[in-house]
Amino acid sequence: MSAIDYSEKIPNNVDLGEDRTLKRALEQWQPHYLDWWNDMGPDGSHNLDVYLRTAVSVDPAGWAQFGHVKMPDYRWGIFLNPAEKDRKIHFGEHKGADVWQDVPGEYRANLRRIIVTQGDTEPASVEQQRHLGRTAPSLYDLRNLFQVNVEEGRHLWAMVYLLHKYFGRDGREEGEALLERRSGQQDNPRILQAFNEETPDWLSFFMFTYFTDRDGKFQLCALAESSFDPLARTTRFMLTEEAHHMFVGESGVSRVIQRTCQVMRELKTDDPAQLRAAGVIDLPTIQRYLNFHFSVTIDLFGADESSNAATFYSTGLKGRFEESKRDDDHVLKGAGYKVLQLRDGRLVEAEVPMLNALNEVLRDDYIKDSIAGIERWNKVIEKAGIAFRLRAPHKAFHRSIGTLAGAKLSPDGRVVSEAEWAAKVDQWLPSASDRAFVASLMGRVAEPGKFANWIAPPAMGINRQPVDFEYVRFN
Amino acid sequence: MHQPAALVIKQHLIDPEICIRCNTCESTCPVGAITHDSRNYVVDPAKCKACLACIPPCPTGSIDNWRTMPRAKAYSVAEQLEWDELPAELPADRLAEAEMAAVAAVPAAPPAPAVVEERLNSAAYTATVPPWSAAHAYANLYGPKAAEASITATVAGNVRVTEVGRDYDTHHIVLDFGAMPFPVLEGQSIGIIPPGTDDAGRPHRPRQYSVASPRNGERPGYNNLSLTVKRVLEDPQGKPVRGVASNYMCDLKVGDKVQVVGPFGTTFLMPNHPKSHIVMICTGTGSAPMRAMTEWRRRLRQSGKFEGGKLLLFFGARSKEELPYFGPLQNLPKDFIDINLAFSRTPGAPKRYVQDLIRARAADLAPLLADANAYFYVCGLKAMEDGVVLALRDVAEGAGLNWDAVAGTLKRQGRLHMETY
Repeated sequence: MSAIDYSEKIPNNVDLGEDRTLKRALEQWQPHYLDWWNDMGPDGSHNLDVYLRTAVSVDPAGWAQFGHVKMPDYRWGIFLNPAEKDRKIHFGEHKGADVWQDVPGEYRANLRRIIVTQGDTEPASVEQQRHLGRTAPSLYDLRNLFQVNVEEGRHLWAMVYLLHKYFGRDGREEGEALLERRSGQQDNPRILQAFNEETPDWLSFFMFTYFTDRDGKFQLCALAESSFDPLARTTRFMLTEEAHHMFVGESGVSRVIQRTCQVMRELKTDDPAQLRAAGVIDLPTIQRYLNFHFSVTIDLFGADESSNAATFYSTGLKGRFEESKRDDDHVLKGAGYKVLQLRDGRLVEAEVPMLNALNEVLRDDYIKDSIAGIERWNKVIEKAGIAFRLRAPHKAFHRSIGTLAGAKLSPDGRVVSEAEWAAKVDQWLPSASDRAFVASLMGRVAEPGKFANWIAPPAMGINRQPVDFEYVRFN
Repeated sequence: MHQPAALVIKQHLIDPEICIRCNTCESTCPVGAITHDSRNYVVDPAKCKACLACIPPCPTGSIDNWRTMPRAKAYSVAEQLEWDELPAELPADRLAEAEMAAVAAVPAAPPAPAVVEERLNSAAYTATVPPWSAAHAYANLYGPKAAEASITATVAGNVRVTEVGRDYDTHHIVLDFGAMPFPVLEGQSIGIIPPGTDDAGRPHRPRQYSVASPRNGERPGYNNLSLTVKRVLEDPQGKPVRGVASNYMCDLKVGDKVQVVGPFGTTFLMPNHPKSHIVMICTGTGSAPMRAMTEWRRRLRQSGKFEGGKLLLFFGARSKEELPYFGPLQNLPKDFIDINLAFSRTPGAPKRYVQDLIRARAADLAPLLADANAYFYVCGLKAMEDGVVLALRDVAEGAGLNWDAVAGTLKRQGRLHMETY
């Protein structure tokens, strides 16, 4: 049997047909990927026809082709944004030099590590979310989940392409390892801890796509500045897809809030017990989920002081968010940055060299972006005439990484005793009974245009289709 | 006349309520027309070439919004950055007015200062934003730019709502949309396309009517709405007139099919938060949106689950006989709505206009002008607009309020809405 025609089977804009070695390598990797998808992809979904967007090229016309497809037949492809002519390195020690079209030997290990860490999160989130399809609150939401899942799969392809093309044998081994690690598995877990947590219910899923996929956005933005041009071009295209994931999160949480507010007004109550009895998620519970996902996600940015972060920046591997829009010298030698530390039971700000604090810089940019969206959720509550505001917890709340790890603070940033923490943790983070309650609401709604009681319908459908469109067909 | 295409543009806008600020559009735009601050992503009308490159990558659909605007009046980047919601499409008359203004502005003709000073620009007082607690309005679901050019509705009722008169004839018409979506809110309007062609052989343009029924239908739970349509049988000079659309509408039989476009309007919307007050000022068929809002509040009150604020109605007509819905209005509980009627042609009685009533109720209205929970709606003939604005000014100043400040606040907070024709 002849080999699969990859130029046909894998949509790509990297002249895959011209590179025989690479083509052979990906030919060997592809069946393993499909095995992984069949084992660890969305549970019970392989025979469903899902209204998905498939990119067939990076120009506006080919960007979003919509149609019903079975997910194992999804055309996972390799896309790089078009090369920018004469692009120059614009930060770090090599500032002003031409960007690299190949991996410089001295940075090989670090670049591989960056790409593997990024790549590992992609299949991990598919694994975390694989049972959610069973309890989707509508066909619209089911379709959005699957769109997120196939695009995370495509992001894995994007990273594996880089590993195969630029890192030889090491890269191929890393490509295999990406399919072997498993989210939450004790002996071979995913690299980052947030990607080993369960995504047990749809509120968690929406929070995850809002907060944790936004971490993805910031990491990808930082990598899109990279001096290694293929990485920059790959991540730029991934960002366009990542936007959908954050949309799913932001609008999902917003719709949960909208529904809760509606019932609050109907029943004229803010009593969580009454609201739970009415089958909606009370706002304090939503706040606790927010506290959890926010705090777990900001850990993903790493230690507040990191010599690795300094090296990645100075050597031009990874920039800052919107590096080109900042008006400093883009070298940062001698610049300072304030980081939070806990000293003698008090939070204090300490000035440290900015190069060492670049994780913190990215984290602070992320926090600003996250809070803007929380304010948009608050508009929904305001609009319903309800006096309640969701708030991002303090940066030092519930942290496990960096100098603030393990510090006991309330969500509003007050240092508290162990005893107070233990007494109040259930008011601050989702308790077992919160999670059990949310889990009790989960159940699949499969009739077009119908939505579970705990969530409002969206303002508009996908690709200008009506909300009651049959986004997923069961066969 | 010479180059109207250059004067009117389809302005590309981003819906700030749906946008998630993901930056995809900004990074996609080949000409750098999209920019943002910490609040909004916006399109610079001076740079946008309408190449549509940003449309497919947008994950939310918020990018695909367009408004017909005179080029000279296009919403600036600074204006857009302040928005919490998109402004409504300019109504046809306002657009025509703005176009005329733009045309006049192009040759930079020296203005006639004396006239400008005397003329009160009452339209400038109307808010371009809805109340903060307004429900989200769907607009332009059917029309030349929508997926469907029009929607067919079936006439489910047509009754006269005024006494029989010689020169007026007002009908209450119920349209049913069957299984097709046509969601409307109180204060929105719809367009009716009369069949046939005009004298020049072109299809008739749609005529706009305010919806007179609340959001859940003239008959609650049914996909229908009602309109208040008046046909004028004689013009003010006593000559017979035959309005194409209103005659077509008033003569409809139950079961007839009508072509509808819309809905239109996303700012003339009622507040939905508990204890919000509504002051309604109208004449004639301008009562349609007031009837819709009143009826919605009445249904909420009946449900026992909503604590409404005050409703004040100032309703003007030439005579009691000419006032639509006169009978049903009388049946509303007094503690629910405060009704003030003005008749300008009751034999043996002095002429009374709505602005007279407004001045008479100054003591009650002044606190509402200053109350952030009170919303004012004006609907009726264009001629009433100036009179009402002047009356409200007198009420404010009589109470020691600074009218300019009050008017600015009303406008900014979406608390004074005027729709006149």
